[in-house]
Amino acid sequence: MATSSPASGTGGQGVARPAFRHRHLLGISQLNQYEIVDLLDRAEAMIPISRQERKILPTLSGKTQINLFFENSTRTQSSFEIAGKRLGAQVTNMSVKTSSVAKGETLIDTAATLNAMRPDVIIVRHGASGAVELLSQKVGCSVINAGDGAHEHPTQALLDALTMRQHKGRLAGLTVAICGDIANSRVARSNLLLLGAMQARTRVVAPRTLLPRGIEMLATEVFTDMRQGLEGADVVMMLRLQHERANGRMIPSVREYYHFYGLDEEKLSFAKPDAIVMHPGPMNRGVEIDPAIADGPRSVITEQVEMGVAVRMAVLDTLLADREAQP
Amino acid sequence: MSKPFVIANARIVDPASNHDAPGAVLVEDGVITGITNGAPQGIPDGAETYDAQGLVVAPGLIDMRVFTGEPGHEYRETLASAAAAAAAGGVTSFVLMPDTTPVIDDGALVDFILRRAGAKASVNILPAAAITRGLRGEEITEFGLLKEAGAVALTDGRESIQSAGLLRAAFTYARNFDLPVIHHLAERTLVGDGVMNEGALATISGLKGIPVEAETIPLARDLQLAALTGVRYHAAQVSTGAAVEQLALAKRRLSTVSAGVSINNLSLNENDVAPYRSFFKLSPPLRSEDDRRAVIDGLNSGAIDTIHSGHDPQDTEVKRQPFAEASDGAIGLETLLAAALRLLHSGDVPLFTLLRAMTSRPAELLGLASGRIAVGAPADLIIFDPEFPWVVKDMALRSRSRNSAFEGARMQGAVMHTFVAGRPVFSHAATAEGADA
Repeated sequence: MATSSPASGTGGQGVARPAFRHRHLLGISQLNQYEIVDLLDRAEAMIPISRQERKILPTLSGKTQINLFFENSTRTQSSFEIAGKRLGAQVTNMSVKTSSVAKGETLIDTAATLNAMRPDVIIVRHGASGAVELLSQKVGCSVINAGDGAHEHPTQALLDALTMRQHKGRLAGLTVAICGDIANSRVARSNLLLLGAMQARTRVVAPRTLLPRGIEMLATEVFTDMRQGLEGADVVMMLRLQHERANGRMIPSVREYYHFYGLDEEKLSFAKPDAIVMHPGPMNRGVEIDPAIADGPRSVITEQVEMGVAVRMAVLDTLLADREAQP
Repeated sequence: MSKPFVIANARIVDPASNHDAPGAVLVEDGVITGITNGAPQGIPDGAETYDAQGLVVAPGLIDMRVFTGEPGHEYRETLASAAAAAAAGGVTSFVLMPDTTPVIDDGALVDFILRRAGAKASVNILPAAAITRGLRGEEITEFGLLKEAGAVALTDGRESIQSAGLLRAAFTYARNFDLPVIHHLAERTLVGDGVMNEGALATISGLKGIPVEAETIPLARDLQLAALTGVRYHAAQVSTGAAVEQLALAKRRLSTVSAGVSINNLSLNENDVAPYRSFFKLSPPLRSEDDRRAVIDGLNSGAIDTIHSGHDPQDTEVKRQPFAEASDGAIGLETLLAAALRLLHSGDVPLFTLLRAMTSRPAELLGLASGRIAVGAPADLIIFDPEFPWVVKDMALRSRSRNSAFEGARMQGAVMHTFVAGRPVFSHAATAEGADA
């Protein structure tokens, strides 16, 4: 196995690593703790590149990257685009509205068409769980899951973990409370898988209508009371509540939701004094989070965005560099 | 008419009479005219003899739930291709669901199906007519005229009627014409956007779940309305232990209710879905292993009456999709008997029980003379080898669609010969599997 220990928090530049054994990054569920640490170490090493004046490390020069987004996401798409460009790749963005997918082409046809253009990596976001895996079976290049349905969003979990590690120096033993719409969140699933693999203590906090059956298989503890759920937490991760969930079917109103589950100063006081506040964005201020918290000193939300670029650079570099070594 | 023939050296298994013994069956003019123990006797001149080589001779199977694409979607399945698949699977009669384009909700369309089937199909096709016009669950169809045209039952196929008031009217009016009503159970608001069994597996996969109650709540309503109206009610397919309990209770008081189960729910469970295998996306969904065990118990106890294939051809375009976006359904006519025999070989269900659920019991529910080996019954017969090993290869299947939930499965047991009204319609020796075996 790898030489670095799972709790290692240091960048591993220069250390000989075993080749990454995956062609695709489809989910955290495919990674073991050593691979997670390896990716985080590689991502940490990428951080300075984005902070220097000439933001370029051209390891992917001459490679073609396609961003194929079936759901809109300015944030994730631009993060992948910038990550690819900083590594010197040629990046093409395909959004569904301008493509033949809107004309009824199946996902598999789309995959075959794109594959024929011989890209080196396709970044895919799709509204259906499992869709990215299906596409990956039909192409000859690497595929990175940028979010599939309510299933996984692995680079988000990696960037969240990197942010936590930067602040807390470790992941093992941390108490992380993930709060909000667990039932519909791929961010929650990927984070629970990653944090579980890294021996962090995970909590989910939500009203019962937003807790899916069997969630105790993924989380250490389940809470329906926000104050109890935040008690002693090192990290408070808020999830976005889609407005359409607060239509009287799952949640009666935004007002009631904010009252019981919105993160404000009073609820946050139950967490550890040095607890950090995270959010995958985009935020609904006044729905799941008080603007004063979102923009306050304990918020690391903009730092998560910066770590996102580093993580995506590391994932691209890892998948494509290791592809190169193979015939 | 056809020449008389004898199937000799057979193990005759007739669940209707609890008969399982060596013997011979004599067939003349498409009808069984003699059954002997041991060596054949009283053979008419010129009769051919089939040597069954000690294999099982049983009534041809009657499949209560089959979909095709004719009319409207012939590229998925025609009556002729479905019949060819049926013959290869030992199915000599099947109930055809009305979910076609147009919907079979009018006497003229029942007549169309019967004429097309008579001209093109090698097995008996028994049309079921829609309960409601266009399967919309709003207005009932002309039950009397549909029966006169030849419909054997009423059903809304894949659809489940949501209105208790409409169901009461349909049950009451169906009793007027003594037509059985076959009803699929799905409470629409509980199914919601669900695509697989609700539980930890769905949660981990990020897929929306369908709770058990989406089946048991409509079943409870239907059983009460069946008691109220006296209709011959058949729960099209149950998949849960809770439904089996309800049926067992209802059957203590009511002889007019019955229930079916798909071979898929007897053979497979929710774990087969992972990871996102859309050929296992079915309605009802594949349930937990506990539920699978419970429906097997229900079959053994008599709470469940019939086993069907649920044959539902879907083309690649709609099936090779992300799981939540793929269509429901799997083909199954050709694998029905082999999959059922797995339950025999695993020691879960005796042979009589399996065969009864696919022969005499459907015949009783539908009022058919077939489904038994008896003098005077139609010579719808199969010869099968309960041990024959083979592997399901999708390209070797006769259905026009390839969406088999048993693709690649290893089977033990295969049909060797199929006869419909004394006509040979399938012989294993003439097929690719026979040749390379």
